[in-house]
Amino acid sequence: MIPPEFEYVRAGSVDEALGALSSGGEDAKLLAGGQSLIPLLRLRLAYPTTLVDVSDVADMRGVREDGDAIVVGAATTHAEVIGDPLVNAHAPLVVLATQTVADRQVRHRGTFGGSLAHADPAGDLPAVATALDASFVVAGAGGARRTVPASEFFLDYLQTALQPDEMLVEVRLPKLGDGWGFHYEKFHRVAQAWAIVGVAAAVRRSNGSIAEARVGLTNMGPRPVRASAVESALAGVAADEASVGAAAAHADEGTDPPADLGGQADYRRHLARVLTRRAVLAAAGT
Amino acid sequence: MSEIDPGAVATELASEVSEPDASPEIGRRRLRKEDTRLVTGQTQWTDNIQFPGMLHISVLRSPMAHAKLTRVNVAPALERPGVLAAYNARDLGADGIGLPCAWPVTADMKHPNHPPLAVDEVRYVGDAVAVVVARDRYAAADALEAIEVDYEPLPPVIDMESALGDETLVHADLGTNRCFTWPFAGGDYDAVVKDAEVVVKRRFLQQRLIPNAMEPRAVVVAPIGASEEYTVYSATQIPHILRLMLAMVTGIPEHKIRVVAPDVGGGFGSKLNVYAEEVLALLVAKKLGRPVKWTESRSEGYQATIHGRDQIQDIEVAATKDGTLLGLKVELMADMGAYLQLVTPGVPLLGAFMFNSIYKMQAYSFTCHGVFTTKTPTDAYRGAGRPEATFGVERIMDELAAELGVDPMELRRKNWITHEEFPYTTIAGLTYDSGNYEAATEKAMELFDYDGLRREQEKRRTDKDPVQLGIGISTYTEMCGLAPSRVLGQLSYGAGGWEAASIRMLPTGKVEVVTGTSPHGQGHVTAWSQIAADALGVPFEDVEVVHGDTRAAPQGMDTYGSRSLVVGGIAVHLACQKVIDKARRVAAHLLEAAEGDVEFSGGVFSVKGSPEASLPIQQVVLATFASHNFPEGMEPTLNSDYVLDPENFSFPHGTHLCAVEVDTETGWTKIRKYVAVDDVGNVVNPIIVEGQVHGGIAQGVAQALFEEARYDADGNLTTGSMVDYYVPSASDLPRYTTDRTETPATSNPLGVKGVGEAGTIASTPAVVNAVIDALRPFGVQDVPMPCSPENVWRSIQTAGGAS
Repeated sequence: MIPPEFEYVRAGSVDEALGALSSGGEDAKLLAGGQSLIPLLRLRLAYPTTLVDVSDVADMRGVREDGDAIVVGAATTHAEVIGDPLVNAHAPLVVLATQTVADRQVRHRGTFGGSLAHADPAGDLPAVATALDASFVVAGAGGARRTVPASEFFLDYLQTALQPDEMLVEVRLPKLGDGWGFHYEKFHRVAQAWAIVGVAAAVRRSNGSIAEARVGLTNMGPRPVRASAVESALAGVAADEASVGAAAAHADEGTDPPADLGGQADYRRHLARVLTRRAVLAAAGT
Repeated sequence: MSEIDPGAVATELASEVSEPDASPEIGRRRLRKEDTRLVTGQTQWTDNIQFPGMLHISVLRSPMAHAKLTRVNVAPALERPGVLAAYNARDLGADGIGLPCAWPVTADMKHPNHPPLAVDEVRYVGDAVAVVVARDRYAAADALEAIEVDYEPLPPVIDMESALGDETLVHADLGTNRCFTWPFAGGDYDAVVKDAEVVVKRRFLQQRLIPNAMEPRAVVVAPIGASEEYTVYSATQIPHILRLMLAMVTGIPEHKIRVVAPDVGGGFGSKLNVYAEEVLALLVAKKLGRPVKWTESRSEGYQATIHGRDQIQDIEVAATKDGTLLGLKVELMADMGAYLQLVTPGVPLLGAFMFNSIYKMQAYSFTCHGVFTTKTPTDAYRGAGRPEATFGVERIMDELAAELGVDPMELRRKNWITHEEFPYTTIAGLTYDSGNYEAATEKAMELFDYDGLRREQEKRRTDKDPVQLGIGISTYTEMCGLAPSRVLGQLSYGAGGWEAASIRMLPTGKVEVVTGTSPHGQGHVTAWSQIAADALGVPFEDVEVVHGDTRAAPQGMDTYGSRSLVVGGIAVHLACQKVIDKARRVAAHLLEAAEGDVEFSGGVFSVKGSPEASLPIQQVVLATFASHNFPEGMEPTLNSDYVLDPENFSFPHGTHLCAVEVDTETGWTKIRKYVAVDDVGNVVNPIIVEGQVHGGIAQGVAQALFEEARYDADGNLTTGSMVDYYVPSASDLPRYTTDRTETPATSNPLGVKGVGEAGTIASTPAVVNAVIDALRPFGVQDVPMPCSPENVWRSIQTAGGAS
């Protein structure tokens, strides 16, 4: 219940945060909304020596437009994302998924970047970022920045491409343009619970058929899964139950779902197929 | 069979005593007096209580399900900042103390020693091993990790059935894991089953549940060293029982212990206990002479506060082909957990009298085996034994209906006690005083549109709709108002079942009602005010209710088992009648009339035939205070006490109907419609009754669809926090349609029956029956609780899919 002792640094800028991170050593941790880290501390499942609080770093908050992408600051809260006109206009899938994250209190404090950098495969946003081909802007020692595509950002359970002295500062979401429909299908036991399986779907329709589809899966492996086999099978098919169902039957290909209290692996595979069909049909407006 | 309608008789009887025409308060939708204070935070929870110099206790708990304790070295904890003391069992003198079990259900029941700190062996994950006392709770928690404990692992005992094989013992000294076997019978089941044309047998599982009161448990002990007195503040349902038990187990004289239950935020049975931490806090306060506090964290409570349910039920029903019940046979295994808490072994036996429910039959056989395992002890959880029984019988009735191919409601109608047959003595030996199952059912069927939903179900079945509709029925009854003392004596319970009330008439005409019940969310302050206001003819606002402090309300048996209104509320009513009897004598004296000529109505005493000669009760009270002009030889007080030992239990009943939509692709169950028509007799406050029914249904739905405490093979509680233990919130629950029929109880003057547990008892089988009903075409006969999507989906897969 009571966290172990740690040093606390409130950073005012990205550089300050990076400095505190490197001087804090290996066991320094970033703290933003604290919705994942604080529970771990309370249960003494994590023993960081220093917490570097980035929730006050102005550069890391808010959403801006940058050419063919919108850029979401890593410390932007879920509630801010949900209400943001740019995100609503250009990446409504993010809004749909974020609305299902935990509850209002959590969404008020929890952050977009924190949720992605925590890389919990049961979290809703990694699959969405993967489906949307988001890219992650990472700042490192000395202020050097690099951009990591979603496909290379999530490495394993709770592990990302971030080095110990690096931090996620913003996420670029490509604007998808016109003609796209979206749906996030989350399957969970109670309203505030983590997803057993989630499906993020974006579908572009053309003349009654599916021209292009992107499908990301939540909690179907140690990292978010892009359902490529489904995407290929969907290209050019009619947006009807039978065709989409046939394509969605590939949803669990290449996945490695966990077996835990939320469900056994075979059940998750089955759910992935059913929910993918439903998510794609909903995104296609059928 | 009687020609007299017992309901009408009861109404008549009740009206003679309480004069409904002059009773504007009882039955009124009064907002709760308590709530302004509670919802604005002007509260005193145990954890809010502060004393100068108060110390904080934290408890080191076993991470092992079963192990020998070879060393508990607390010395390193003393080196930590802010720590004043640290103790293992022997240091604290806790090794000679046994936590109480007040219900030795059989003469040969195995009763393991249960020290508040483990001495040589730990027997469940969460078993207390040592305590740290520090200046603040953070220092106390931090120092726990410095304590050195050597555990020598022993094999855990998880499964009840294999535990009965006694290969691995939870308590080696007892020689067996069988705590008791308790048989009970009415009629000769073996004889009737021979003639039965139909016999249906099923095994049902009552999963283990974790109570989730909003307020965690907490205790503060404030000692006065010079006089060796101790005030114990505890988040408890039972301040009176706790005081007695603390005196008995610690040897501190009872009159030196005062127990206060301040504002208590829910209990559901989990605070109907005497816990290790209450004893430990008292021992530490005594040893150090300083006030101490302990407050559990939620995840700590998941391990260290009692769990509920956890039974394996083997049920067999015997009937004729036309659906007449002949007999019922019930064999239970009930998981005690590692130790016996206050009423652990008695909980399943409260269900022994309820499996036969509202049905007539020739024979009934019941056996319960209590079993020790290396898990958190179980004890009373909302309904305590009766939800288990109601689930068993209502599920087997549906199975029998399916076997016979008849409508499950028709089967129930054919077998229930009809309203003309009350009072009715059941095969289990209880006498149900009143009831009208036909009326409640008729109302529920109408509100539910039973026939319309059956038609929709048929259509979905024909269309092979992936979303199937199921209809679940629960025509339940329960025994409330625990309890007539002689019955408790027959069941070997360690105390009586009476309840006490005192009325204090203050000089200004205001009234203090002192009650032995101990409310923790129920709204007694409001309901008791309504009862007293009617009985005394004073305004509702003029009544205050005093409770939850053994010094202010010295006599009581506390709050559990839907007993408060039926026993405690009636005691208030009867104590008020004694006030009126005394006041009548004073009024007669003042009005210079014969006592027999003085009438009392609406708070005014008047003389028969001369209406101008009258005195309001407030004037009689003031005259008594002054006692300048007072009846010869009469004590100058109107204050009165009443201790009521109820003559019988009360028997609320009702019909709950649930329609679910089951997504057969994913296994997801959605409650489409829920109708509850309850008959809790006369109603003191409809808002409170509706609140109890809503909350009760939610708790029963939680068992049906959501909650389950799970242990792994090593005995770890894997659902150790709310992340994995799914307590449903408002957004997970449906709207409820609630209504009532009112068939008064004949066993008390207000005709009330109690409502605290009704919703929980009724709703679990209604929901599960609905889920199974939806899946009958797939060949599904059972889905283990909770009917989670995965459990539903697997049941469909196992049954082999659509027929």
